[in-house]
Amino acid sequence: MTTSPMLWVDDVTVSFEGYKALDHLTLLFEPGELRCIIGPNGAGKTTMMDVITGKTRPDSGRVVFTREQIDLTELSEEAISALGIGRKFQRPTIFDELTVRENLELAGSDGRGVGNTLFAPLSAGRRDAIDQALETIGLVEERRRRAGLLAHGQKQWLELGMLLVQDPKVLLVDEPVAGMTHEEIARTAELLDSLKGERTVVVVEHDMEFIRTIAHKVTVLHEGRVLAEGPMDQVQSNPAVIEVYLGA
Amino acid sequence: MVAAWRERLANMHSRLEWSLILVIAGAVLVLVPILNLGPPPQSPLRISDHLVPLFGKFLCLALLALALDLIWGYAGILSLGHTVFFALGGYALGMYLMRSIGDAGVYRSALPDFMVFLDWKELPWTWRGFDRFWFAALMALVVPGALALAFGFFAFRSRSRGVYFSIITQALTYALMLLMFRNDTGFGGNNGLTDFKRILGFSLHEETTKVALYVASGLALLLGYLVCRFVVTSRLGRVLVAIRDREERVRFLGYSPLRFKLFVWTLSAVLAGLAGALYVPQVGIINPSELHPSAGIEIAIWVAVGGRGTLIGAIVGALIVNGAKSVLTAAYPEYWLYFLGALFVIVTRYFPRGLLVSAVGWLTAGFSSGKRWLALRRGMAR
Repeated sequence: MTTSPMLWVDDVTVSFEGYKALDHLTLLFEPGELRCIIGPNGAGKTTMMDVITGKTRPDSGRVVFTREQIDLTELSEEAISALGIGRKFQRPTIFDELTVRENLELAGSDGRGVGNTLFAPLSAGRRDAIDQALETIGLVEERRRRAGLLAHGQKQWLELGMLLVQDPKVLLVDEPVAGMTHEEIARTAELLDSLKGERTVVVVEHDMEFIRTIAHKVTVLHEGRVLAEGPMDQVQSNPAVIEVYLGA
Repeated sequence: MVAAWRERLANMHSRLEWSLILVIAGAVLVLVPILNLGPPPQSPLRISDHLVPLFGKFLCLALLALALDLIWGYAGILSLGHTVFFALGGYALGMYLMRSIGDAGVYRSALPDFMVFLDWKELPWTWRGFDRFWFAALMALVVPGALALAFGFFAFRSRSRGVYFSIITQALTYALMLLMFRNDTGFGGNNGLTDFKRILGFSLHEETTKVALYVASGLALLLGYLVCRFVVTSRLGRVLVAIRDREERVRFLGYSPLRFKLFVWTLSAVLAGLAGALYVPQVGIINPSELHPSAGIEIAIWVAVGGRGTLIGAIVGALIVNGAKSVLTAAYPEYWLYFLGALFVIVTRYFPRGLLVSAVGWLTAGFSSGKRWLALRRGMAR
């Protein structure tokens, strides 16, 4: 391997009352790649996200982040988020009463103390980053609207924007197109595709159509282990995958 | 620097709103005193003497409502115990007023009358320093603030929220009421502190003193409003709203909800203390009945009636309800509670965002439909 991985899930096991959600799972994510994770229900996709973000502690194994070899399993959720690992949950968790721009300002502020937020205006650099994010997620026109009034797809993009302004190195995206219209799905695919390169993007999704549009490399999870990994067409023709998932 | 402040002021209010505030503040702070002290007693223009302390009292209660709206409307923390901070501020200044009676009391003693009555020989340590105005005034802010900080730290750290928090604040009120009812705690027991005579050497019975206290209350309310408005229009204000709606998410974004809540909660308590300190010399008494749990709930009604989360609504609500209370309890004292209950039910049922928000809505709707009507007429004339 020429480059060191951005994120390395190293032999992680998580069990809930005897049931193994993750079974010696090992995954490597390269810098700048866009990876899709698929698998049937209970395959361990969400548990894997929970372990990376510190929500769930593994029974054994490590999660190693960047060249500095930081073990994420020893850090709190807040600390992991501060290191630059952003997670977008399935349900949008934006602030309905604030405007689109205020939501982004809240997420992208450089000072997060009482004194700073009370007295200091946002620095010019942060303002630019927020304007940039507004462009990327295509909500420039909507910036003064209350976030609660946005359409479902726009809410999801706003939440992605809130992650972007935090300048993450790794972006974990949980079912981004659930409940979206065809147009919104196409727009989301474009958006996620434009995010790779500068950052590592990991997408967990059920929608196969969507995955076919964006995926370069797909990982199939089954019963807490990697069942197959590779380009979408290769994975699709893998008999094991067809049996447990795609064929079903 | 100047430009930054200009921008902040423009964020707080538009030009039109600032002018409106100036006009209202001018009427309250200048016109009322002139109409009280200027015209002769028989003149129809004159605001009679008994109204000035009454208005002053309303302004203090409005400041109390404002303090509650800051935490309830913006941070989602419903305190049903804001009377605690109000009463502590009141007691602190009341103690100074007791001390400044000197030996002019009934028993001609240097000790407050109730202590002589209890056959105490010297001042308890809790009263030390309260013969000086500056100390009492400082304590009227520091004691409520310190209690709020300590209470809030434990309550917010254990992540008490919603109704549970509200119930704890009721318990706090009740505990302090029982404490103040006792004679041996040394704060006048059941009767509280009263029979005040002078403040800073001026007689409390002089009309000019009453006007000065009224003006001080108006200034305090104005200052309190500006501070609150500054807070809620800052980025911190947005963090508060975010905490109110999704506290977990805010924590995930790297903010510490505990610190933000403690800040605004303590600020609110200090404002309540200030309101209490100005209230007591104008009504002439502070006793444990101010701490009755129902009094704490009433403040929430004022805020809900005016419109929660608007600041101005809290002020308007406090003025409407207390104005109505003054009139109604004089005319039909037995019906007041029914009226208050009915008002609360009607407002929450039909004007859930409060009377002020509804009224502003009607006005702007009327204004734009008026403009439309004018445009239509002009079109027809052509």
